[in-house]
Amino acid sequence: MTRAERIEALKAAAKERILILDGSWGVMIQRRGLDEADFRGDRFTEHNGQMKGNNDILCITRPDIIADLHDQYYAAGADISETNTFSATTIAQEDYKLDAQAVRDINLQGARLAREAADRWTAKEPHKPRFAAGSIGPLNVMLSMSSDVNDPGARRVTFDQVYEAYRQQVAALHEGGVDLFLIETITDTLNCKAALKAIKDLEDEGYEPLPIWISGTITDRSGRTLSGQTVEAFWNSVKHVKPFAIGFNCALGADLMRPHIAELARIADTLVGAYPNAGLPNAMGQYDEEPHETSHMLHEWAKDGLVNLLGGCCGTTPDHIRHVADEVRGIAPRQPPERAKALRLAGLEPFELA
Amino acid sequence: MRPTFVNIGERTNVTGSAKFKKLIVEGQYGEALSVARQQVEAGAQVIDINMDEGLLDSQAAMTTYLNLLAAEPDIARVPIMIDSSKWEVIEAGLKCVQGKTIVNSISLKEGEAKFIEQATLCLRYGAAVVVMAFDEVGQADTEARKVEICERAYNVLVDKVGFPAEDIIFDPNIFAVATGIEEHANYAVDFIEATRRIKQLLPYARVSGGVSNVSFSFRGNEPVRRAIHSVFLYHAINAGMDMGIVNAGDLPVYDDIDPELREAVEDVILNRARADGADPTERLVDMAPRYKGEKGAAKVVDLAWRNAPVGERLTHALVNGITEFIDADTEEARLQAERPLHVIEGPLMDGMNVVGDLFGAGKMFLPQVVKSARVMKQAVAWLMPFMEAEKEGGARQSAGKVLMATVKGDVHDIGKNIVGVVLQCNNYEVVDLGVMVPADRILDEARAHKVDMIGLSGLITPSLDEMVFVASEMERQGFDIPLLIGGATTSRTHTAVKIEPAYRRGPTTYVLDASRAVGVVSNLLSPTEKDRVMAETRDEYVRIREQFARGQEVKVRTSIADARAKKLDVDWAGYTPPKPSFTGLRTFEPSLDELVPFIDWSPFFASWELIGSYPQILEDDVVGEAATDLYRDARAMLDKITAEKWFTAKGVAGFWPANTVGDDVVVYADETRTTELGRLHTLRQQMAKSEGKANVALSDFVAPVGSGSDYIGGFAVTAGHGEDEMVAKFKAAGDDYSAIMASALADRLAEAFAEWLHYKTRVELWGYASEEPADVEQMIAEKYQGIRPAAGYPAQPDHTEKELLFKLLEAEARTGMQLTESFAMMPGAAVSGLYFSHPQAHYFGVGKIDRDQVEDYARRKGWEIAKAERWLSPILNYDPNARAAA
Repeated sequence: MTRAERIEALKAAAKERILILDGSWGVMIQRRGLDEADFRGDRFTEHNGQMKGNNDILCITRPDIIADLHDQYYAAGADISETNTFSATTIAQEDYKLDAQAVRDINLQGARLAREAADRWTAKEPHKPRFAAGSIGPLNVMLSMSSDVNDPGARRVTFDQVYEAYRQQVAALHEGGVDLFLIETITDTLNCKAALKAIKDLEDEGYEPLPIWISGTITDRSGRTLSGQTVEAFWNSVKHVKPFAIGFNCALGADLMRPHIAELARIADTLVGAYPNAGLPNAMGQYDEEPHETSHMLHEWAKDGLVNLLGGCCGTTPDHIRHVADEVRGIAPRQPPERAKALRLAGLEPFELA
Repeated sequence: MRPTFVNIGERTNVTGSAKFKKLIVEGQYGEALSVARQQVEAGAQVIDINMDEGLLDSQAAMTTYLNLLAAEPDIARVPIMIDSSKWEVIEAGLKCVQGKTIVNSISLKEGEAKFIEQATLCLRYGAAVVVMAFDEVGQADTEARKVEICERAYNVLVDKVGFPAEDIIFDPNIFAVATGIEEHANYAVDFIEATRRIKQLLPYARVSGGVSNVSFSFRGNEPVRRAIHSVFLYHAINAGMDMGIVNAGDLPVYDDIDPELREAVEDVILNRARADGADPTERLVDMAPRYKGEKGAAKVVDLAWRNAPVGERLTHALVNGITEFIDADTEEARLQAERPLHVIEGPLMDGMNVVGDLFGAGKMFLPQVVKSARVMKQAVAWLMPFMEAEKEGGARQSAGKVLMATVKGDVHDIGKNIVGVVLQCNNYEVVDLGVMVPADRILDEARAHKVDMIGLSGLITPSLDEMVFVASEMERQGFDIPLLIGGATTSRTHTAVKIEPAYRRGPTTYVLDASRAVGVVSNLLSPTEKDRVMAETRDEYVRIREQFARGQEVKVRTSIADARAKKLDVDWAGYTPPKPSFTGLRTFEPSLDELVPFIDWSPFFASWELIGSYPQILEDDVVGEAATDLYRDARAMLDKITAEKWFTAKGVAGFWPANTVGDDVVVYADETRTTELGRLHTLRQQMAKSEGKANVALSDFVAPVGSGSDYIGGFAVTAGHGEDEMVAKFKAAGDDYSAIMASALADRLAEAFAEWLHYKTRVELWGYASEEPADVEQMIAEKYQGIRPAAGYPAQPDHTEKELLFKLLEAEARTGMQLTESFAMMPGAAVSGLYFSHPQAHYFGVGKIDRDQVEDYARRKGWEIAKAERWLSPILNYDPNARAAA
């Protein structure tokens, strides 16, 4: 299949059923008990500073593990698996002192690994094509929040710097062959808008347009993003790119995420995707929610017509994804609502002039 | 229906506001943020930000300001309009805002290619756009050019850029009129008509404009400019204008503009030829100086206290209610403190403790304390962003959380608001649910907010029953937190007898006035004092109940039959009732200026818990100074209320042929006295009276059927239209002092209206005392013939009598007044009652009544006895429950 055909297939599948995204990568990589040498591989043996903990580098140094994880999730029933590139931007990789070339290679390699795995599974099960989503994570710096408590106007980065970092990432993911972009765990809508602009600008340069899935994070029970927006304000702020899907992931388990997904389901005239954590972490920072518990709650969402795409975030495993896939099989996906045209703006709160 | 209109705040614009420009040029960004905050608080739904100033690096100023603004949640909640004539500045702004903004503006000025490029970028950044009616040839001035350019721009945006039509906003250029140049005379009409056509022609597109341009030739004369804006908007909005850059909160209501001025402005705006041939512009120019407000003479202020250390300055500001320097002083204290929270816990609380001590010692009075609260709020507001930025700083530890509400059916809240402010001054957190709050909501919110205590308030007597119901619901739902009872009709006896027994799980306490509130609340929340105080109160209430029960036994009542036999002795045969100048209804809308002389100020001071008669109270040794300050603030606000027409006074009076049958007054449709419009019911005193003293009912003041053609009058007046809006505005700005003041003055104006109308009734409408001099003091002392008793007051304690009165008066249609389910009047600043003209008519109290009269009254009103007992419960001379049990 060409990429254009795969995108058509993705859109067609989304009309028919609830699509399944994979689960957490962090937990699965942690379980391998890798050491510094694994992370460094051959290429970074001389690298200055620690590399352990930089999961994204494994795309280059332990591609076998990454390919295996894609396989595990596809085998569990995932339609979409994400590239292992959550932090693969020049800004986020400054922590590990990686240069732009190395960062580009992570994205290229990460995309290729996901691409190859997806293609293997599609060849094996042609009735159920698999897709590779380019993971674009948040940054450790925010454009809407001060970096200095004594100076509310202070910012550690500019929009242009964030834009440039994302632009390099999305170009490499695109060249590596992903089928869609997944901007995820968005804590600051302005960071997200920089990534969105980078994606749209690439299209001007002849890059084939790819579907975009935008996934924000509601950080707590206030029902707001970390940068302070309500659900509807967040949607109003990003809908200009006509995303393939909008949704939330991370921070909350399914029980606490539900009202926010329900709100999006009501207002967003596009697909809605959600991948909550396996509950909230316990005192040891571990997630206790069992696969059947997660899948039970997500089954309720599906039955109530709230979602088009489901998956898992922190703490979820292939077993969780298998349970979810089994539970929602055969349930009709949500029908996006038709919304009357209106001037819809946003600050931290939405504004509508009907 | 009037179309929606979006206010875009204009004061954060360096080209439009000299003050804002100065702040930005001098780098005073903190102050500049407060300008944005004021706009949002005043109701701006979008704020326009413009940094186009030659002295500035506009790009940097835009970036700095927007980054700072992002840290202010109360401002950043609304969308931003990024306003510049320079694209680089707009793009710099777009890079700072996470929400969906409006770009103001792009245009075809530099050709289609540039326009497409900029529009595409706006779409990429996710912004809506304002498109100015400007093309390669120039700025559109005529209707035809405006429409032509907008249509062209629309087609380019929708067809070539793929811009969503609903995100396009046109600015078809508002230009100044009344410039004296003939070509400018039609500019407003051109805008209005272009707006109409754009809205018809271009689906989903919106129209906006910078409104203040239109009045540019009247700069320096703000009242006239405001009138021009208001008239212009009135016509433009009706033509389809959706939004405008305006000084939010500073526009007079079209209907409230002085009619002469409005007509003159309208001639200019609509470019109308005048019948008298005068030039509209010249006429308005001639007229304008008359409307220009005078600046008051500057008061000399002693600023020596400014030299003291910052802690003392904060205390001085708190004690004296001075907000002028509070932001700067708070900031100075913040810079000296380790954490912003320490400023609150340290110098600010120290200052408030001084306030609390002075209040407790009777050296400060309520109005002053409420002013102190305003200063405190402003200081805390200054610190909030810093505390939020501190993140782990945690919330300020409040001394406790108190929920307050005026109960269902009641709209009165001045006292409740005062108590709320006093509690907040003392570091209690107050959750104020407002007025007309049903029991379930009170209890739901109490649970949701995990409050430590609930305070109920009410003014009218039916609220007493509602409070009993809330108490019983607290019992049923398992609450055990303290319940506080306050408000004009409540009493310690009622609380002890009716409310406390309904709520056994927790303590119930009657609070006499705001000055007692803090003591009661702090005792009830004190781990050491709580048990003792609760036990004392319980014991006290048991005693009161016993006393009450004993009192019940000894109060001897005359039977209703005997009481009627001792009715007021009036010689009807030798009396000719005066005939009113008209029968039927007449509506009155006096200007507020006319009412001011009729204000009775003594109750005004009482509402602030300053007791004494006006004007002597101003000279009082103890409260004189506080009263004088309060009176000065009140007069200043009253001047604004009348000049800016914050409230509208509407009233109706009616007179009808009437005669009594028994204790009822039959109201007839006309002089034939055959068709009954209805029966007004009255209640008769049943206390045992000495020989020669009458047991009076209001019906005694009207001639019985067959003894002459008598009349009765009725009235309903309000000065409260507009009050809620003003109060909400002040509250939103954290200014409780002004909010309470505005309510108290609205109440006074309503009473003054009633006084004004009664005077008019005596000398003119009914006209039985045409020689009476217009002496307000005499009036207040009630030294005149005839009375105007109100339902719900001692001469007729039954509130439900308002129902027929309102119907007879067509009060709702004529005055916009309504009755709640408890027969409270809305708006709250309202008075209604009956007019009696007989020289022997006088005010009295019905007092307690017995079951025989209640049964008779129920029969006359067509009620079940239980219903009568409920509405008359405050005046029953027996316990209806005891009977039910027997």
